Amino acid sequence: MALKESWNSRLGVILAVSGSAVGLGNFLRFPGQVAQFGGGAFMLAYFISFILIGLPICWAEWTMGRSGGQNGFNSSPGILQAIIKHPAGKYIGVIGVLVPLVIYLYYVYIEAWCLGYSLNFIRGAMEFGSIEESTGFWATFIGAAKDGSAIGFGITQVGGFLIFCFALNFYLIYRGLSKGIEFFCTYAMPALIVLAIVILVRVLTLGAPDLSKPDQNIVNGLGYLWNPSKVVMQERSEDGGSWNTVTEIVSRENIEIHETQAAANENLRVIEIGIFEQLRRPNLWLAAAGQIFFSLSVGFGVIITYASYLKKEDDIVLSGLSATSANEFCEVSLGGLITIPAAYAFIGIAGVAGMGTFDLGFKVLPMVFSNMPFGNLFGFLFFFLLFLAAVTSSLSMLQPVIAFLEESLGINRKASVTMLGLITALGSMFVVYFSADVKALDTLDFWIGTFMLYILATIQIIIFGWVIGIEKGFNEAHQGASIKIPSVYRFLMKYVTPTFLLVIIAFFVMENMLGWTPWGGESQVSGYVTDLIGGEGKPANPVALLSVGLIAVIFIFLTIITAISPRFKEFMKQEDPQ
Amino acid sequence: MTAGGWIVMIVSVGTVTSLFTWCIYKVMTEEKVEDHHIHGLDIDTPDQPPRR
Repeated sequence: MALKESWNSRLGVILAVSGSAVGLGNFLRFPGQVAQFGGGAFMLAYFISFILIGLPICWAEWTMGRSGGQNGFNSSPGILQAIIKHPAGKYIGVIGVLVPLVIYLYYVYIEAWCLGYSLNFIRGAMEFGSIEESTGFWATFIGAAKDGSAIGFGITQVGGFLIFCFALNFYLIYRGLSKGIEFFCTYAMPALIVLAIVILVRVLTLGAPDLSKPDQNIVNGLGYLWNPSKVVMQERSEDGGSWNTVTEIVSRENIEIHETQAAANENLRVIEIGIFEQLRRPNLWLAAAGQIFFSLSVGFGVIITYASYLKKEDDIVLSGLSATSANEFCEVSLGGLITIPAAYAFIGIAGVAGMGTFDLGFKVLPMVFSNMPFGNLFGFLFFFLLFLAAVTSSLSMLQPVIAFLEESLGINRKASVTMLGLITALGSMFVVYFSADVKALDTLDFWIGTFMLYILATIQIIIFGWVIGIEKGFNEAHQGASIKIPSVYRFLMKYVTPTFLLVIIAFFVMENMLGWTPWGGESQVSGYVTDLIGGEGKPANPVALLSVGLIAVIFIFLTIITAISPRFKEFMKQEDPQ
Repeated sequence: MTAGGWIVMIVSVGTVTSLFTWCIYKVMTEEKVEDHHIHGLDIDTPDQPPRR
């Protein structure tokens, strides 16, 4: 009989779970969101979302995972079936395998970018004079120009780095939970924090790098990120009916210059948008809740699997809070102080406003580092930090699928690793081949890496609060607990969190799919939807269709395995001998 | 950066750093502290019995 795997130590599981959560989003996505939505207002909504969504789902996943593990299951289908004691549970649980598997297909590709960038920095090949130059490097490196162009094995192409990342992930996964994932995270997580602190000190001591532009300095960069009120210059629309924001202004000198400009032109004005005015915007709440959600890795199917390897007497309340707080520390205290201030100091507001994760990370920051004293070293350190963060996350995406294959098919580690290696290699080849405009990656990320996370997390919190029952769930959570979950969470986890999530899903579908913005603005169906059904005079996008087809094929494959698995059937027979 | 910006930054960073520090302190000073030993390069999957 196969031996049951387990974690080696409590600190190890905390580091593994926080390693799963800490990723590119902490250092690139979070600061971009804070800057876009206004520091104070966004952080208020962010902390409220942390309390109402992040912690409840986190504790629910830890509890259900450990409970499923006591029934002998480590995969999401097995765990959910064991918890709700109905075959429907195993089919719902398929989402918990589908999500990490599909995300891995493109995440490992991005991981390879980070490794490639770090090595190219240390060999001095990243000298950029403008954003156009760094964008050009990125496009060549990842093959953004046309499909098939990413498949190359030079030092400035992604192919070799991708193979290395694949090999590293599967070597660590093959070594097992404790000697693979836990071993790597035990070193990688502290190393990552040390690297981030070194880079943070470098960034905060930059001052004003260009003496001819003294207002482009780190303090103003921090102000752009954290100021609770936003000062913007607006221009009257051509029909004279509305005012459109032209730019945000941070420094006092610039405010005065823009005010003088506005005084001389009646079609311009400078206004201050206060914190409460910003908080009235529903899309700020959607963004803050979304950031908490993606950052903590809730709804991924990862925590539930990781927690299933714990023993009945192991604490999960403090461990869950610790892993969550480690992620928040990396995000707010490190990520929130590094990227945007550095980019602002070198490029100014025009270079950072409205930048997406990839634009900021792989186009703007390389240019920033290449212009910084000792930039090659700090560029190497920063992208190596991102690489470590990415590996600890990608490992966590493989373990739920490994557990599922071993459990459902009754195969050993060698067979499961070989099978998963084959599936992910084919899937990643698809993503890498269709690299033009990162269309395949973007499509998979939207439908699985974004939308499906909401769905899985909502299902999990409803199961915890309404199927298991809040009292039973709390009793289960408190077995072996070092600290108590505050009683108010009984009410929050049963009523508030599911309602909050359902509202978020409704807004997400309205705004990000159907393009309907009830708070004003033009309505336009999302590009992700028109990619699939066509629209605005354009036919459906074949790569987007193939990407959704790939998701469907994987989902059907996982569902068939789940349906025929004797292990899952046996459990139900034991539970219901009739 | 305005005074409000400094306050928001210090409160945000201070809150999460304090929470993280408290959690790590609590975990490390628990009575039920396990021996935490770093593994070597042995493979430890369910395929094979553990090495003693």
